[in-house]
Order: sequence, then C-alpha cells, then structure tokens
Amino acid sequence: MQLTLWTYEGPPHIGAMRVATGMKGLHFVLHAPQGDTYADLLFTMIERRAERPPVTYTTFQARDLGTDTAEVFKDAARAAYERHQPRAIIVGASCTAELIQDDPGGLAKTLGLPCPVIPLELSAYSRKENWGAAETFYRLARGLAGERKQRPVRPRPLANLLGPTALGFRHRDDVIEITKLLNALGVDVNVVAPMGATPDDLTRLGDADFNVVLYPEIALPAAQYLEKAQGQPYTKTVPIGIGATREFIAEVRKIANLPADAELPTSNLPWWSRSVDSTYLTGKRVFIFGDATHVLAAEKIAREEIGFDIVGIGTYSREFAREVRARAELNGIEALITDDYLDVEKAIADAHPELVLGTQMERHISKRLRLPCAVISAPTHVQDFPARYAPQMGFEGANVIFDSWVHPLMMGLEEHLLGMFREDSEFHEHASHLGASSAPAPAPIPAAEPTAAAAPTAAAASSPVEPQWTEEATKELKKIPFFVRGKARGNTEKYARERGLTTISVGTLYDAKAHYGR
Amino acid sequence: MNESVSIRPHGDGPAVHHERGQRSVFCGLTGIVWLHRKIQDAFFLVVGSRTCAHLIQSAAGVMIFAEPRFATAILDQRDLAGLADVHDELDSVVGRLLERRPDIKLLFLVGSCPSEVIKIDLVRAAQRLNAKHAPKARVISYSGSGIEKTFTEGEDACLAALVPTLPAEPATAAPSLMVVGALADIVEDQFAGLFKDMGVDARFLPARRADAMPAVGPNTRFILAQPFLAETARALEARGARRIAAPYPLGAEGTTLWLKAAAETFDVPAEKFEAAIAPGLARAQMTLARQREKLGGKTIFFFPDSQLEIPLARFLAREVGMKPVDVSTPYLHRALMAEELAMLPAETRLNEGSDVDAQLDRVREKRPDITVCGLGLANPLEAEGLTTKWAIELLFTPIQGYDQAGDLAELFTRPLARRSRLEV
Repeated sequence: MQLTLWTYEGPPHIGAMRVATGMKGLHFVLHAPQGDTYADLLFTMIERRAERPPVTYTTFQARDLGTDTAEVFKDAARAAYERHQPRAIIVGASCTAELIQDDPGGLAKTLGLPCPVIPLELSAYSRKENWGAAETFYRLARGLAGERKQRPVRPRPLANLLGPTALGFRHRDDVIEITKLLNALGVDVNVVAPMGATPDDLTRLGDADFNVVLYPEIALPAAQYLEKAQGQPYTKTVPIGIGATREFIAEVRKIANLPADAELPTSNLPWWSRSVDSTYLTGKRVFIFGDATHVLAAEKIAREEIGFDIVGIGTYSREFAREVRARAELNGIEALITDDYLDVEKAIADAHPELVLGTQMERHISKRLRLPCAVISAPTHVQDFPARYAPQMGFEGANVIFDSWVHPLMMGLEEHLLGMFREDSEFHEHASHLGASSAPAPAPIPAAEPTAAAAPTAAAASSPVEPQWTEEATKELKKIPFFVRGKARGNTEKYARERGLTTISVGTLYDAKAHYGR
Repeated sequence: MNESVSIRPHGDGPAVHHERGQRSVFCGLTGIVWLHRKIQDAFFLVVGSRTCAHLIQSAAGVMIFAEPRFATAILDQRDLAGLADVHDELDSVVGRLLERRPDIKLLFLVGSCPSEVIKIDLVRAAQRLNAKHAPKARVISYSGSGIEKTFTEGEDACLAALVPTLPAEPATAAPSLMVVGALADIVEDQFAGLFKDMGVDARFLPARRADAMPAVGPNTRFILAQPFLAETARALEARGARRIAAPYPLGAEGTTLWLKAAAETFDVPAEKFEAAIAPGLARAQMTLARQREKLGGKTIFFFPDSQLEIPLARFLAREVGMKPVDVSTPYLHRALMAEELAMLPAETRLNEGSDVDAQLDRVREKRPDITVCGLGLANPLEAEGLTTKWAIELLFTPIQGYDQAGDLAELFTRPLARRSRLEV
C-alpha cells in the first residue's frame, strides 16, 4: 500500500488507451467499472482531440457482479464491433475487472469476431502507464507484423518510426521533425506507429530496413521483438539536443549504409548559446525530473549546450533507473528515482535550483516554491499541447528547447539591476515578469521566508543548536533577490552550523557568500 | 444491454424512459474534488488503485497547486496476494498521514471499486482507527466506488456517513432548520443571511469545520439544497429529522419556492418573508430578463451526469424560455424530485439511466442548440458542430440562489455567444 497524492503515471490501461487512441481503425474493449470512462477526458480535453477515444468500456456495476459480468463483456465487445467496424480489436481489464478474473481475451475469442482480437494482460497492481503502452504496442506488433519479410536493396532505405502515441509530450511534432531529418538523410519513412497507424499498416512493419526508436519507454519492447523476428536493427540514440541529433544522424548513416554528404538542416542553438547575451546562463543551477528519455536528453543539453550546472536529477521511470543514476554520477550528485511527488518536492526545495526542468507536477512544485520552470516531459497539461509547431527532437527541437528553457529565467541585465538596487520598492518579487504575483502564498513546508519570530526549520535534526538570525541579518536577507534568497539562506545556515555559530549576523551572511561564491 | 422502455408516470410530469448501456459518467470518488475544499479540516483517503488516484487528479487537475486534502492509499500486488495485511498497512498509512497533517480533524476513509471487490471492511477499519486517533482526529468511512456510486452519489454517501456522528439535539429543543448539501461558501452565506432576515437560524450540512457540524434531533427540519442526497435524507430521517419538500434553489422561482417551503415550516409571516426576499428576487429577475432574450426558444439536451439535470431543465424552461428536448439523469428519486417533475414541460423526453451510444444517436438526430455533457464528450460533439456546456462546471460554480441566477443562465449563454463571435 502506497500513499499517493499525485501520480506521474496512470494505470497500465491508460497506456493501452494511448496506443489505441493514437491509431486508426483499432478498437479497445475495456472491461472496467462505471467511472473508468474519466480517461476519455485526458484525450478530449488535455490533448483537445476532436473524436472520442476508440474505447468501449463495459461499465459494470455492483448489480452485475451478482449476475454475470462475463456476459456484460461479451455484449459490449459484440456491440463495439458492430458499431465501429474496426480492423482489429484489443481487449483488456482495468484494475477492478482484473480482480473479478473474467478473462476478456478468452471471452472475446469465443465470440468469433471477424477481425484480429489481441488480448492484453495489463497487471494493474504492479505496472503503470508507460509499461502498459509498451506492452500494448509490443502485443500489436507481435500479433500483426506477420512472418519475416524479404527486403529488396533500395537506393533509399526505409525506416519505421516507433513510439509516438496519443497524449505524448510533443509526439505530434517530433514525428514531423524526424521524418524531415530522415528524408534529408536519404531515408524514407515506411510506417509511423502507434500514432497514425492502422492495424493494416502494422502488417507492413517488416518492409522497413530498420526502426527508429523515438521513445524507448514505449517502443523498446516492440523494437527488440522486431529485431529478432524481422531482422531489423533499431536506433539507440534519442535525437533531443544538438549533440544527440548529430549522434543520431551518424547512427542512422551507419545502420543504413549512407554516405555523409547530404545537406542537412541546421539549428540556431549553438550560436544563440555562444552569443554574449547568453553569458548569464553560465552555471545556473538546474533541477531535472521527468521520464528517463527526456531527463537524459535534458541533462546533456543543460550541461554541454547551454552551460548550466545540474544540482538535481531524477526520474519516475524505474525501468531506466540505471542510466539516470550513471548520469547523476557524472555530475557528482545522487539520482532521485521515485514516483512520490513529495520526495521530488523536498529534493527541489533542498537543492535551491534557479530553474526546474520537469513535468506538470514540477511546474506546480515550482509555483509553490516560486521557481522558474520549463516542462520537458509527460505528464503534461493542456498548455503543453501548443497550437504552434514545437518539437523537442531534431534541430528545430533544439531551437524550441533553447527558447522554452531560457524564457522563464530573468535576463542578464535585469538580474544585475535587481542586484544593484535592491531597495527600490518596485523591485519586490511581484514586479517581476516571472509572474510570482499569480502564485499562491508560499507553502509552509520548505524554504519559507525566515522571520524574526519563526526560526528557520530546515534540516534542524543534525545540529544540537540551530543558529538564530538577527533582525538585521533577516532584513539583509530580504534584500537579496527572491529567486536566489532560498539558496543564500540555506548556504548561510549551513555555514553557521558547520562553524557552531549560534547567531547569524549580517557579517555571517557575507562570510557565507564569500565562502560559497563562484 | 441496450434497452429502453417507458412507463407511465405515477404523478405529474413527463413519462420516463429507462435506458441501460455504457455509462459515460464519473464515479462517486469525484465528489472529493469539491468536498475536500468545503470541509476545511477534513482529509479524504481513498483506499483504491492507481486508477482512483489518476481519476481524482484528472478531474481536479486545475487545483493542483494547493496541497490537496486528499490522497490515495494504492493497493498493490502484495496487498492482494495477502503478503501484507491490508489493515496493518492502512493503519500505518493513516498514522503517517495524520502525523504529517496535524491540522486534520476529520478523516474519511473512502472505499473504491477494488476495495469493495476484495471486501476490505472500511467500516471496521474506521472504527479501529477512530478508537486510536479520536478525539484529535475522527475517522469515518463511506464508499465512492463506481460499482456502487454514480458521480454526485459520492457526496450523498459522504454526508450520509456524517449523519450518525452529528451531535444529538434534545427532544425538547426548539425547531431548527438544517440546509443539506455542499454549497459554495458565498451561496451558503447568502442563504444564512436570508433566513436570518426571516428570523430563522439556519445551519448547514456539511459545515466548514469538522467540529461545527450541526446537531440533529426530532425537532430538526431539513431542506435539501442539492437534489442527489437521497441516502443522506434517509439517514437524517432515521435520526428523527423531517424533510421539507421543495424544488431546488436554482433560478429566481426555484430559490423563492425553496425559501418559501422553509419559511412556511417555521411560520414566518408572509410580509416578513416578502421583505426578506424582495431585493434578491428583483435582482435575479432583472438579470434573467437579459438572459431570456438570448436563450428564449433555444433547445437543450442533457446527457446523464450530476442528477442536477431535472432542476436545471425546469429552470431553463420556465425562467429563460428554453426548450428541454431530451433530459437524462443517472437516477430519478421520485420523492425528492416530485416538485421539480410537476414543473417540467410535459413534452420533455425524460430518461433514467444511461446508454451513451443511444444518446449520441439521439443528440445527432435532434441537433439541439446546446448539449450539456461530460468532459469526454464535449470536444467531439463540438467538432460535429454542436454547442456544448460541461456538466461538471455546474458543480464547481456557485449557481444556487438569487444572486447567482443570472450567472447560472449565463453559463448557457456563453457557449452560444462564443460560437456566434468566431469567424474561423
């Protein structure tokens, strides 16, 4: 039993829905109680889809439990086929239906429906959303790809793009960007799946010479299966960021035996990052959290392409914990592998970052802590499905990333002015373009502003006597711009504790500043 | 599955069709989204699955920036396989929770589909935990599970669970008025003021604080402010209270009739009643007159959702001249709805239950001017050229009483106005 306030991932059947909703001509018959239809709104509201997800829920109730829920399922499957005439059906159970053990796969088989029926075992009590999406896509590829195909030698090799689904973070635009890039490299795209593919398209997966894995969380099991069954190699590099995109290009050229002479698109990121205006980005402290693919990509971009310091890194994708841990080590920090929102909030508060790169959850944590934040990963909200073209992948993706990470930050000269004239009454936090005025009052837990009355409470346990702030020091602390105040306060208290000081004076504050100064 | 039969009505009002099929509606857990804000020192702990946590978070997504007073104790493989004792696990989760949130005075253990299917006895768990944590924090339980409860029935179950814990009012006490159903604070304040002007001291269930819940006894007269509180009404009656029958306080007329039913029960003199309601009633009539110009003659279709459908259809038909062509409600409690049904236009097609595919076929055939539906259906129907209003907004917005009557009508005007503005 795990206590959960907010979850990073939904249950596995939501992953299956993301696959089904991304595809065309596939229908999902889900054995589920009344209420589970809430999932439709994720797609119709957050992603603004104009069609209902292709899902029929059995919506059984208590009175059905006393009679025959299996019959309810069979009726629903039959009616769904008649109404929607799909080219293939997937069947599965949500958490409650898993408990009543009706075996939707077996039941659907007895109906003899005139289309392929692929059963899913979704393990609602041990697995989560991304696993559900990966398992569903793997079952579909396995069920529909067919026998190994003979492939002719082509002047332009063919690739499948694997992994994009409904409700994915920027999947729509990543597919466009990577298709353009592959075309420029001399590669044609065979099938994009699950997003946009029909069950019939999946029977053509074996025609491609290789697979491009866009999102390993979703596509890896299917790509590994296709490697074995169809002899198709797959790409290991996820092309997010300049460096990764260049590596991806090299990898594709190697797999597809292509010469390195094609003219390729370029990105503004390298020059934008080298131009002097970006100097103020140097060594900004960032905290990164999200799914493993986007976290690993963000770490590399932050470190190598923008020049940030990474003060925290973590993921909720336990399946990829090893890779994220290795990357944390590279930065001399410990990775945070958790799906507990409260752990992440605490880690962010303790790290005093100047920028948070995270999910919708971290956006809200950042609002509470009054930190700038950019979203880099699912789970996302309606505003993370922009009207404009905004990929994360490829060279245009790098442009989008540069803009969306830098815009929440205070500009270089603005930061200097705030530092120089701290007592200007219009320079309080509400005057900032960061929009802190719309944030709610700071939460009482971490990093609340110290006052003379309430002693700071952070990390009190390790020290016998917690140093007290003098009134002057508290006043001085308030002159420090709010976005670095938390860090200044934490550093000063650490400095005082380490030296066994019982009071923090203005002098202590500046001693600590000199001690920790860059 | 898909069946529709009609029976003759027992009393006044349109014939009722009964439908059974796929139900596209929230489960009873959803009520937590507003209840946890209403009772300021209560916490709702769902004992359920990852789906339950995901549902509440999806329905409540907009409120995420405040630390919520709800959480889910997610059952996992160990709990199901019996490797962990569910009750021990629950005790430790509750212990940690109350330690983290010492401000919590009332903890609801909320049952879910999985907890009911595997028969976790939350009533016993609540008794055990209450013995341990009361009086600092009282613990009670109710079920919000989708196999038992449809959307607003969750609030009904929650309030019904509160009733046995209400303080007893002695049989010798003077008659008292209890208003039942979660209302926006501003609406509650307005009603309290109106009753005060009539010389009646009204108390509200639920109160805003756990230790301020109203007492109940044989001299309690209660009036429902929400139409979906059948179980709560029964529980109050079991404690000797008596229900004041009335339509629901939606619109100027609805609010007047609702207030009047209470006033008559307490023998408020007619002049005093008229004087109390006159300013609010005049304001409501003025704002509704403007809305009538925009909504008069327009047709409206209700998918089954919150059980507010019938009072809303009555209000829109009688006060702004709309034509309800098809009104579905998940459940129809005839006794609680008698006054409403009598005022609903006889030609309205009225349905109890749900068959979403059949309803979609009908809405496409009838092409109403406005369709009230759940969030899962709204954009798909808009894409088909229909104008929609999200049903859940009617529970998240103050809509009861005189000073909200215009706002309520405006919720239906806005989608139409928007459609007529856009040239893209």
